[in-house]
Amino acid sequence: MSGHSTYQPQSAFMKWMERRLPIASLIHSSFIAFPVPRNLNYWWTFGGILAFLLGAQIVTGIILVMHYTPHADMAFNSVEHIMRDVNYGWLIRYLHSNGASMFFVAVYIHMFRGMYYGSYKEPREVLWILGVILYLLMMATGFLGYTLPWGQMSFWGATVITNFFSAIPIVGETVVTWLWGGYAIGNPTLQRFFSLHYLLPFVIVGVVVLHIWALHMVGQNNPTGIEVKSDKDTVAFTPYATIKDAFFMVCFCVVFGWFVFYMPNYLGHADNYIPANPAVTPNHIVPEWYYLPFYAILRAIPNKLLGVIALFASIGILAFLPWLDTSKVRSANYRPLYRQFFWIFVIVCILLGWLGGKPAEGGYVVAARILTFYYFAHFLIILPILGWVEKTKPLPNSISESILKEGLPAGASGPAPTARH
Amino acid sequence: MMKTLLAAVVAVSVAAIAPAIAAGEAPHPPRQKWSFSGPFGTYDRAQLQRGFKVYREVCSVCHGLNLLSFRNLGQAGALGYSEAQVKQIASEYKVQDGPNDQGEMFEREGRAADRFPPPWPNENAARARYNAVPPDFSVIAKARTYERGFPWFIFDLFTQYQEHGVDYLAALLQGYEDKPPQGFNLPSGLSYNKYFPGNAIAMPKPMEDGRVTYEDGSPQTLAQYSKDVSAFLMWAAEPHLEARKRIGFQVMIFLLVLAGLLYFTKKKVWADAH
Repeated sequence: MSGHSTYQPQSAFMKWMERRLPIASLIHSSFIAFPVPRNLNYWWTFGGILAFLLGAQIVTGIILVMHYTPHADMAFNSVEHIMRDVNYGWLIRYLHSNGASMFFVAVYIHMFRGMYYGSYKEPREVLWILGVILYLLMMATGFLGYTLPWGQMSFWGATVITNFFSAIPIVGETVVTWLWGGYAIGNPTLQRFFSLHYLLPFVIVGVVVLHIWALHMVGQNNPTGIEVKSDKDTVAFTPYATIKDAFFMVCFCVVFGWFVFYMPNYLGHADNYIPANPAVTPNHIVPEWYYLPFYAILRAIPNKLLGVIALFASIGILAFLPWLDTSKVRSANYRPLYRQFFWIFVIVCILLGWLGGKPAEGGYVVAARILTFYYFAHFLIILPILGWVEKTKPLPNSISESILKEGLPAGASGPAPTARH
Repeated sequence: MMKTLLAAVVAVSVAAIAPAIAAGEAPHPPRQKWSFSGPFGTYDRAQLQRGFKVYREVCSVCHGLNLLSFRNLGQAGALGYSEAQVKQIASEYKVQDGPNDQGEMFEREGRAADRFPPPWPNENAARARYNAVPPDFSVIAKARTYERGFPWFIFDLFTQYQEHGVDYLAALLQGYEDKPPQGFNLPSGLSYNKYFPGNAIAMPKPMEDGRVTYEDGSPQTLAQYSKDVSAFLMWAAEPHLEARKRIGFQVMIFLLVLAGLLYFTKKKVWADAH
């Protein structure tokens, strides 16, 4: 977040302030003068969308907490109290529950964009790993939040997930008891989950600061995957990137609003409108949609411990992506083979997600095993080999040259400045 | 070569999955027409009032509405009752209150702010009386669903079909069969219902044609009762549905206009960049 400041304090107060706490010039260099590649497409707006969603989740969450009661006997009814009696409580609650889903929609697009354009490669490894950490924190936060209404799926989802830890040899059962705060899931579990669900978003904010800091050290990647060479390759963050981000964020909000106002329970489970009952197990215990691919991987492995290891490995492997991908070329636009494997990988992830929502029986298990194997093969076999065997297309000399070649970048409207005015 | 590989991945998956799909499940509840479906849906007040009558005269013997107060019946977007009507309805119920100055619990007439009184004092009492705990009806329309399956759940995203719960409830009430099909082993004390998961349901057939008298001339048939009471339960589960859809439309218009303005602003800003 340094090195670009052209900020000149105007007023006497700002001059005084600048010598004591140069926060204005920090903001100026980070969000106004910061140079961004001029060829960024709309896939690059999801970072801003994620920041917006994080803020929205925190705001709606804080309001919900004002009316929610984290107690096993009262949580379910307090959520219904929010839905029925609190002014616009239904809106706040639906914004928060659907906001979590939108958060994952945006983060998956953000991650796949990073994979397509090789945004994790040198020198952006730390930026990428911070992103993987953020993703893990999000998953934990989402899981904890889903338990809070204390419906059937909250309860049984928590049971299934916490039981993962019982697979740990020797100390497994002790760890699970420690997590539950008792010998079964109950009020102590709900209260600690609530506490952690409130804590983790602020941890996410902290890591987001690091993520953005790292981004501002190395600069943004771009669709060509080549580094910025001169000022001709960039535009200032404000107004160019801000207006573009704002436009697409509003478009994204249309989708968000579609769910909140018209399909608020589409992404949830009907069973979670049944109060938690330890004596009755739901027919299918299914996690939230955004965990389904990993749930499919877990159940594809017949051994519990190995299944849990595979589950965590499937996420952890992302952190090693910068070194597993051996290609020197970043962008899939210049990697004809990788581009196709990328799309196969996307389809495999979607199919795994679909299988995660199906009962673990018969053909579903066979399919999940094949796709789980492919998931890991993508990282451990295909990516390392591709880097050696793939014949990449010639890269343009610079970002501005690539724009001239392809015509106009996304966002330009006229053929040339002379045609205007 | 790549295309072949892609095709192979898909083919293998489909081949592995297909038999599992073919296994088949319970019949899907028939789709009903609901006044509250779609982006501009609103409740049919007369239907909600009829449904409430069915609930009161039939369901409420066993099923509570614990999260609702009488005043909810008169709220905006509810059954359309006036304040006086709500007071009247509330006064027809006996509510336990107390303790009084002597430390005794006592019964009094219901008031608008009171919750619907529970049909049984505790779960054990319900179990002793009915052999099962009849579920509370406050959110039941959202707590029941049926599997739509691929690709329907994708189409639902665009058609806004989300009346799975009420469709199921309406079907369930009409799904009783006096004799279970050949070979079905029905445990004693249970009834056969073709829409209930597992088909053996603890609730006996709750009503038949002519059970409830309608004053507005609507047909007094099981089909009509089932629809009306299901609509009432949808309202009970989602009392702010009308406000949600109305505000949603305003928000959508606002967002689309804002998106349009931002788009042209963006074009203008970027035009200067070249």
